Amino acid sequence: MTTKLTAVRSGALTTVQDAGRPGHAHLGVPRSGALDAPAMRLANRLLGNASDAAVLETTLTGCALRPDQDVTVVVGGAPCPVTVDGRPAAWGAPVRVPAGSVLDVGAATAGVRSYVAVAGGVAAEPVLGSRSTDLLSGLGPAPLRDGDVVAVGTPAGPVPAPVAAPWAGPPAELVLPVRPGPRADWFTAAALRTFTSAAYRVSPHSNRIGLRTEGPPLERAAAGELPSEGMVLGAVQVPPDGRPVLFLHDHPTTGGYPVVAVVPEPALAAAAQAAAGTPVRFTPA
Amino acid sequence: MTAHGTAHTGGRTGALTARPAGRHALLVELPDAERTAAFHAEVLRRRAAGALPPVEEIVPGARTVLLDGVPDPEALARRIAGWEVPPVTDDTGDVVEIPVRYDGPDLADVAALWGVGPGEVGALHGSHTYRVAFCGFAPGFGYLTGLPPHLHVPRRSTPRTRVPAGAVALAGPYSAVYPRATPGGWQLIGTMPDPRPLWDPARERAALLTPGTRVRFVTAGDATAAGTTTGGAAAVADTTTGANTTTGGTAAAGAGPEAGA
Repeated sequence: MTTKLTAVRSGALTTVQDAGRPGHAHLGVPRSGALDAPAMRLANRLLGNASDAAVLETTLTGCALRPDQDVTVVVGGAPCPVTVDGRPAAWGAPVRVPAGSVLDVGAATAGVRSYVAVAGGVAAEPVLGSRSTDLLSGLGPAPLRDGDVVAVGTPAGPVPAPVAAPWAGPPAELVLPVRPGPRADWFTAAALRTFTSAAYRVSPHSNRIGLRTEGPPLERAAAGELPSEGMVLGAVQVPPDGRPVLFLHDHPTTGGYPVVAVVPEPALAAAAQAAAGTPVRFTPA
Repeated sequence: MTAHGTAHTGGRTGALTARPAGRHALLVELPDAERTAAFHAEVLRRRAAGALPPVEEIVPGARTVLLDGVPDPEALARRIAGWEVPPVTDDTGDVVEIPVRYDGPDLADVAALWGVGPGEVGALHGSHTYRVAFCGFAPGFGYLTGLPPHLHVPRRSTPRTRVPAGAVALAGPYSAVYPRATPGGWQLIGTMPDPRPLWDPARERAALLTPGTRVRFVTAGDATAAGTTTGGAAAVADTTTGANTTTGGTAAAGAGPEAGA
């Protein structure tokens, strides 16, 4: 019988995520997938899952789950208190949750997104090869609501012996390496200097689509509209208000605002964990 | 690393510009929509022939083709600069027929802009063959070129909060059919009676309107079947699973003016 987790408390925004569905951008399908991919992979490895097995991605406030059979989970990513039936349990390491007990993934004490991996993986129905929730286009399972039931797959084998896990801490300052983007020439030389020297902060309006920033606006050298063009993950797009937006995994596949720079993918995990108000610097890669 | 090339496109030497887009991508810019379509077709031909280095995503835009997931973009930029690119011809690509009832709420406005009666819009719109230039805005939403410049119309001054699935719409140089209900600012001239074939992720070919596909609009009733494909892969395998009308999000954060619909 399939193991099921019931969402006792769904939290602010809890979604199913795996490695996403790259390869469909030409159809207008965002890549989606876990924003802090290294955290997802590490949590899965600690359980003996495939590294891209589907997990739950929480946002700031965690979630609480009640399994109907004994399960083993790892809570990682953003640090947070973890309890089982109110008793403190390990963060970042395998935790046994007996049938009927409540696993509570608390509010993040730092960072934004905690990951709840379960031995066997989350078994939501795949869409275009992925179980990820895509918040831009609504593909994949809907965000978790209170009372929702999440199916769990069959574990491939026993949970490996615990090992020290190299979890990255959320950034106190988000330093983003940038390479020139395809439309850097749409900006004045002064704007390009501002971009890589000024202090920005993470805007509270950030989401899985993009990390928005607050700070000095970037002035364009070229006026007018850019015909729609393909957008890469990590693109730094500059909308008319001049504040850079870093595209994360649910970004639109095409867009009409100029991309001033591109952040390499390995640097995006830290962006996923940068809470609103975190200082941001863009530095030449 | 912006590289300028002189690949032969559209039967003449046309400059293409390979723009940087990160460590593993290249944005190739072409002078116009026609040469963009030709270059896109050439990329697909070369990939099918195994003559292209690994590329994870090939994403056409209005004047560009994004090559993403490329091991060595600079090397690819140098190769592309030497390509011979034949022009697209009227028989390049699959043909999809979209049945339309010309009954949209903006029919009279579009008729006035075109200087014809509302009853003539369908015949005019249906007299052209279109091509999916690129997709975006929503899964399966294709931007179709092919309407002559004198029939281009502006967007509505006030977008609608909800455009129904199947709405056949115009904006600027583009025609489109909304695969699902979303907000939208395009002029609505008609309705595809059964829009479910437009997007079905359970089907092997999830989107009916893929870049490069040719499209004919036929007045509903004249078509042999909804969303018929001829001369290519059978696109309509299963219409029973229904259209995806999820409203889990709209193109909001950071989407550019052209990304909206």
